[in-house]
Amino acid sequence: MMRVAVVRFPGSNCDADALRTAREAGADAYYVWHRDRDLQQADAVILPGGFAYGDYLRAGAIARFSPVMAAVQAHADQGGPVLGICNGFQVLCEAGLLPGALMRNDRLTFVSRPVRLRVETDDTPFTSAFERGAIFTAPVAHGEGRYVASPDVLRALEEEDRVVLRYLDVNPNGATNGIAGIANAERNVVGIMPHPERVADPVLGNAEGAKVFESMVKRAGLPMGGAR
Amino acid sequence: MGRFSVEVKVMPRRALLDPQGQAVEHALSALGFPSVSDVRVGKAMTLELERPDRAQAERDARSMCERLLANPVTEDFTVSVKAVE
Repeated sequence: MMRVAVVRFPGSNCDADALRTAREAGADAYYVWHRDRDLQQADAVILPGGFAYGDYLRAGAIARFSPVMAAVQAHADQGGPVLGICNGFQVLCEAGLLPGALMRNDRLTFVSRPVRLRVETDDTPFTSAFERGAIFTAPVAHGEGRYVASPDVLRALEEEDRVVLRYLDVNPNGATNGIAGIANAERNVVGIMPHPERVADPVLGNAEGAKVFESMVKRAGLPMGGAR
Repeated sequence: MGRFSVEVKVMPRRALLDPQGQAVEHALSALGFPSVSDVRVGKAMTLELERPDRAQAERDARSMCERLLANPVTEDFTVSVKAVE
């Protein structure tokens, strides 16, 4: 069974949703505390949303120095899949595992709303269960989600098929090129601002988000099956 | 060993949209201050260091900015170091 570590920081949220959704997808998911130095042989790592360390200084700036992040870095360096959701995306940027940064929303307000998203690539461990170009709706909930990067980085992201999700009709934060999620050059580290774990159960009227977690499990060649 | 007080100023990079600066600029105009432009909002931080000399204090302060206090992707910083007493 695929082992999935969900890292909890002081101030994490939706960590329980991420854990549950990973389990529903067929993974053996468990929590790892930010002070832990051991990911307990995780096959994949999820950094959930929230406001780790109160977002002091900058969102993710302090969390990246948590003891667990050295283990996450080592896991990523070995090609292990890492997914950062919302605050987790901010932490991955601050830690240098993903390029660019997430700045204050252009309208200065915290946005909490569903947004329509296009899956720009199915070539990542977290989107392989989607069709390329698939459209789904998931909530965003953040104050600092405006993705920015240098022109060189933006060009590389677009040319190398590393934009993972893009806002479709509403750009809720002023993100450059409507970017809602990206992958690193090796494609194993992915950061996304929307919260798929919040729309992962039919009882919520939308279970599309579960595909992010099914992608992760399917890739490991474990229970979900599917052709790829 | 000397004691040095360090003032760090971190500003959003010029090329990037600074919505806080824009909002403050609008508010200043609304208050009736004429010809206000280029308002930008950043952060100021102060700290004290005990170091053998001023050059070392400045080197360390810059290193702190590069590694934590400023985000190299989005922000620029300036450091000013003064001897205490």
